[in-house]
Amino acid sequence: MVIAGLGVIAMLSEIFSFKKLLYPLVLLGLLAAAVLAGLDWNHDTRIPLFGNMIMFDNFSAAFTIVLSFTGFLWFIMARDSFNEESSLTDHYALALFSLAGAVVMVSFGNMTMLFLGIEILSIPLYVLAGSRKTDVHSNEAAFKYFLMGAFASGFLLFGIALVYGATGSFDIPKISLYVAEHATNLPGFFYAGVLMMLAGMAFKVSAVPFHFWAPDVYQGSPTTITAFMATIVKTAAFAALFRLFSNCFIPAATTWSGVVWTLAALTLLTGNITAVYQQSAKRMLAYSSIAHAGYMMLAILAMNKFSATAVLYYTASYSVSTIVSFTVLQLVAAHKGSDLLESFNGLAKKNSFVAVVMTIAILSLAGIPVTAGFFAKYYIFTSAIDSGFTALVIIAVIASLIGVYYYFMIIINMFFKESTDDSPFVIGAAHRFLLIVCTLLILALGLFPDIILRFWI
Amino acid sequence: MSSIQVIPVHMYVLLSAVLFSIGVMGVIFRRNAIIVFMCVELMLNAVNLLLVAFSSYLSDGAGQVFVFFIMAVAAAEVAVGLAILSMVYRNTKSVDIDTLSKLKE
Repeated sequence: MVIAGLGVIAMLSEIFSFKKLLYPLVLLGLLAAAVLAGLDWNHDTRIPLFGNMIMFDNFSAAFTIVLSFTGFLWFIMARDSFNEESSLTDHYALALFSLAGAVVMVSFGNMTMLFLGIEILSIPLYVLAGSRKTDVHSNEAAFKYFLMGAFASGFLLFGIALVYGATGSFDIPKISLYVAEHATNLPGFFYAGVLMMLAGMAFKVSAVPFHFWAPDVYQGSPTTITAFMATIVKTAAFAALFRLFSNCFIPAATTWSGVVWTLAALTLLTGNITAVYQQSAKRMLAYSSIAHAGYMMLAILAMNKFSATAVLYYTASYSVSTIVSFTVLQLVAAHKGSDLLESFNGLAKKNSFVAVVMTIAILSLAGIPVTAGFFAKYYIFTSAIDSGFTALVIIAVIASLIGVYYYFMIIINMFFKESTDDSPFVIGAAHRFLLIVCTLLILALGLFPDIILRFWI
Repeated sequence: MSSIQVIPVHMYVLLSAVLFSIGVMGVIFRRNAIIVFMCVELMLNAVNLLLVAFSSYLSDGAGQVFVFFIMAVAAAEVAVGLAILSMVYRNTKSVDIDTLSKLKE
């Protein structure tokens, strides 16, 4: 049950008095939330909660599992970076509230909950992005993230208001029914509303041309928070976007599919090409995360019976790979004091374990076979071709070839370049555990893609 | 017919669209962070106006309830936003958003 999951999450964060116990409790709670969401599996009917405000169906259950598990991995990753700072419990609480917002976003049954979910997700993140109070870069990131977030919410809300005016309801099934019945004679502002909602969501998933905040925010925020934004926020935003459009606006597809097509093409090309020119590995990963938004938009465009599975598989594999790459980036940046690409030089000699793990994660992000990323892209592409978007898939393939180039720059730096200093590179047991688990997941998802897909369809 | 319905609904749509656009323009072109916040609020209030108008025309209370949600969330957002802004001010001694462009390469 989603209430139980949320209850566990929210309650845990309130336990401020037991600092030592809190960390294991959070980890257990997140796993428990994932299991509870799993128990709701296979109810063929949707479970309406809070008077239809939340609809917990298989889609929500699957994404809740992915989100809670990513949250679990993220907390392992974040442990050290939080310990350095004073207000440990506040950070945990904020991250958990944000995660609760993400769960609401993937299971909303009403526009109100979509809006509230997005805000519950975003507001704690504005604070977390600025959690290095004296660092001007962190300040700048928080400010930009806040401003763009509020701006995007404005667009989303204006869209919701227009759709409400046209259909007379905030309830997703009612809107969907109304749109299906009156597909031919909807007022013009309904379409304006759909496009405004699309624009608002495009800000959240950082699709070009609404992406300009993302590189700055990703670079300026503390690396752990960037990892949170790149995994959990992106997963939740895409799931929400998919849920919204697949449940509500399919009959109006002619209006928005052209726009989504253009957005996806622009996102793929801009994201990948700009990433090539980046000096900072963190900024490069930011552009790469923009590019990944482009691939996922293909699934939204395709909108057939495989799309939901494709988005799920993509977000799962992308999140795991991203967690690994950001963990390694964080370790390297802490070791070298900079997040430039040169910091990776000679990593293979110093610590071959980390270098190999990073290579696998990067291969997965680039979509090389045997890793999860390959099948993720494969499913997205086949789903898009099934719906007849061959031209866009060709653009996506070209874009991912460009992507391979900059991903390999990191690998080349790690294996074939000499480091300038000889200080040993050591990692803690928790991080080692995290990296091993994630790498096994990447390989498992890549070798046996059925384990996620079998549950569906 | 309530007094709100004396004016046809498309005028309300127009008015809120104009207010919303003023807000958007303000966010894009003004350089003072506090004014930018005010413009974001203007955008949200344009939405509120639109919701109330629709709610009255459709004789449906849900729109007005949504307005309360927007107000509550906007208040929370502004609280966080002003806190971020005061943090920025403490570090840079300025609320001009042009000072916040150190992350460009």
